[in-house]
Amino acid sequence: MYRYDEFDSDFVRQRVAEFRDQVARRLSGELTEDQFKPLRLMNGVYLQLHAYMLRIAIPYGVLSARQLRKLAHIARVYDRGYGHFTTRQNLQFNWVELARIPDLLGELADVEMHAIQTSGNCIRNVTADHFAGAAADEAVDPRPYAEILRQWSSLHPEFSFLPRKFKIAVTGAERDRAAIQVHDIGLQARRDADGAIGFAVYVGGGQGRTPMIAKKIRDFLPESDLLAYCTAILRVYNLEGRRDNKYKARIKILVHEMGEADLIREVEREFEGLRGTPLALPAAEVARIARYFAPPDLAELPPHSVVLDSRSAGDPDLSRFVRRNLTAHRAPGYTALTISLKAIGEAPGDASADQMDAVADLAERYAFGEIRVSHEQNLILPHVRLDDVPALHAGLQAAGLATPNAGLVTDIIACPGLDYCALANARSIPVAQRIAERFADPVRQDAIGDLKIKISGCINACGHHHVGHIGLLGVDRKGEEFYQITLGGSADETATIGEIVGPGFPADRVVDAIEAIVDVYLRLRHDASEDFLAAYRRIGAEPFKSALYAEV
Amino acid sequence: MAVYDFHAGAFRDDDWIFPDDDASLPAGKAAVSKARFVAREEGALGLVLTAGDTLDGLGNALARVELVALRFPRYADGRPYSLARRLRERHGYTGELRAVGDVLRDQVDFLARAGFDTLDIVHPGTIEALRAGTLVRVTRHYQPGARSERPAGYSWRRVSF
Amino acid sequence: MAKVNKAFRPVAITANDLRSGRVLYRTFEGGWAPDVARAEIARDPARADALLAAAKADHDRGVVVEPFAISVDPVTGMPVALREQIRATGPTVGIESEH
Repeated sequence: MYRYDEFDSDFVRQRVAEFRDQVARRLSGELTEDQFKPLRLMNGVYLQLHAYMLRIAIPYGVLSARQLRKLAHIARVYDRGYGHFTTRQNLQFNWVELARIPDLLGELADVEMHAIQTSGNCIRNVTADHFAGAAADEAVDPRPYAEILRQWSSLHPEFSFLPRKFKIAVTGAERDRAAIQVHDIGLQARRDADGAIGFAVYVGGGQGRTPMIAKKIRDFLPESDLLAYCTAILRVYNLEGRRDNKYKARIKILVHEMGEADLIREVEREFEGLRGTPLALPAAEVARIARYFAPPDLAELPPHSVVLDSRSAGDPDLSRFVRRNLTAHRAPGYTALTISLKAIGEAPGDASADQMDAVADLAERYAFGEIRVSHEQNLILPHVRLDDVPALHAGLQAAGLATPNAGLVTDIIACPGLDYCALANARSIPVAQRIAERFADPVRQDAIGDLKIKISGCINACGHHHVGHIGLLGVDRKGEEFYQITLGGSADETATIGEIVGPGFPADRVVDAIEAIVDVYLRLRHDASEDFLAAYRRIGAEPFKSALYAEV
Repeated sequence: MAVYDFHAGAFRDDDWIFPDDDASLPAGKAAVSKARFVAREEGALGLVLTAGDTLDGLGNALARVELVALRFPRYADGRPYSLARRLRERHGYTGELRAVGDVLRDQVDFLARAGFDTLDIVHPGTIEALRAGTLVRVTRHYQPGARSERPAGYSWRRVSF
Repeated sequence: MAKVNKAFRPVAITANDLRSGRVLYRTFEGGWAPDVARAEIARDPARADALLAAAKADHDRGVVVEPFAISVDPVTGMPVALREQIRATGPTVGIESEH
């Protein structure tokens, strides 16, 4: 993984000093709250429902064991012993004191981490495929490009006061696990016939109040043009994006109002003027960054593990875990292992300090000390020997982290909702918990198969409900929590915005509604090989609507 | 009136005049709005652009301009940064670029790196910090800036002096 | 006038502490306390305005941030809106609710 050099280290230290000065000026009264707010937001500090919340960047979801241990330490010393992994591969602490945040940031800098641009109207933490560098189907490792973009976007003098926030996601596989088509810029690294690397460039995707699938504006942008082209897009957006209405300020609205053709013309014109500037990426520099992401020292192993096969034959828990939580690795004999943060009845994405330490220990012991955070709010150990899976599984069981539900109905994405968030209209976490409890039976989960439920507590859609196979949006109806259901959404390479099925359900009926939807699917699917999304795309919304609303 | 000059690293007196659109053009160095600049052939040497103005329709007149003042209605309105870059890069403007308005010290380095030469600002704390030289700054940068800076390692990195 | 008073719903004033961020309520004594039970309840618009003005003065002095009025039950003094109930008593779920 990337390691800070002296320059990076100086940069982060200077940024901490700058923020320490800003906090001191706020506490002394030189800065008013109105003046301070954008400054604290640019460093990930929100004032939430109960307290200040600090959002820490986990660049493209890559963490070391040492970093995770530091996060556990921070959870204990500065917070209340836990943290929340988000759908943007970040970590949130919910109870930090403003006056202590500069010290906390100093501790983060010790392990090459920061909270720069995890909020504010700037380029946010760049996200990527959480299986990068490990997935069997990967064409290009997206991490070097995500790192270059992270650097280029950090305290960018031109793009720190954009009309609205700006999110970039990068993948390097045909199978899109980074949801690039619902980002402001989505990049798919690929190779041409000669093996040269370039990017399919998508612009103007997003969720929120007006969900939109991005438009592809370049099929193969040469690698060397990456920064110049992103600069061109950002410059057009910075100048032309709407600033009169925050709900219309994202680039997706600009793309929509300007039209794809005009936007492309403007971006290409801007790009022409940026060609040949120092923004061109020299291949040697890309190679230098890429060396940080060289694969670990993997042994040559047979593709199957006799140890694992025999152990899981006699252990139904392990067997289920192997079936659900392992993903094909590019190297024979290895796997990418998902640690579900969706234990039945727990808050999706929450991890206690002890659990963070446990994962750090296991990662060091069995997985080269590397951890990933997925936008699905789980953790991944990207390089694990199949032979080590039984021991690792036992270690995870001891920490309460062996839930074998990756990708299943109980692996629910949920935003913090009204339990924590100042913007929320309804709670998300308790709904996720009740759905998970309803479907807790592992045999039943297996029978249902792949199904992504995503829950947002307001229209900002942090819980990605628009792209859930089943999406739930919490709304406030005269002081009561209601949940609107969408069906058929998807965030992968077949990205689709879900359709609203009808009137929302009150909190006490929403779990029944989900069960009714699942029952329709089970009844009408061809067979177990047709998953929920495929069945929905074939049969449409009608059977679900009649099941939900017929008898009313 | 005094403006802060990035090149000198100090405040200096300034004699530019900014007449209202309905006032007559004074002799000497006067900067006028884009509307007036485009509509009247009166040879003003200075141009005032507000966030939201475009650079369209200025034609070749920019070649004689000695000052472009970019107004920040709110410091969170970042359009002038991109206008500044476009003026330099696309229009080849080489005269003085001035930031006017609601600017906090936290934006001072961004302005310098976006190619501004001078600041005409009102925030007392920022003016004081600039006078006293007590700005807490980040001197390591991950992008080429408009100002001459030392390259540092990777092609996109710079260190400011 | 009587009609206005009849429509008025009792309010308390809440804010967050500038330094720590914790939720606070304006008290009878003219200070701030984390316990909603200690909040002064304004039962007419004039008192509500006065409390809010005092809170805004504390905001301007850098004691609290984001002061605002919340509707409270006239008998129990508890916030009416779910959001404010959660602010007063903490998250309803998760690791925190087990404390």
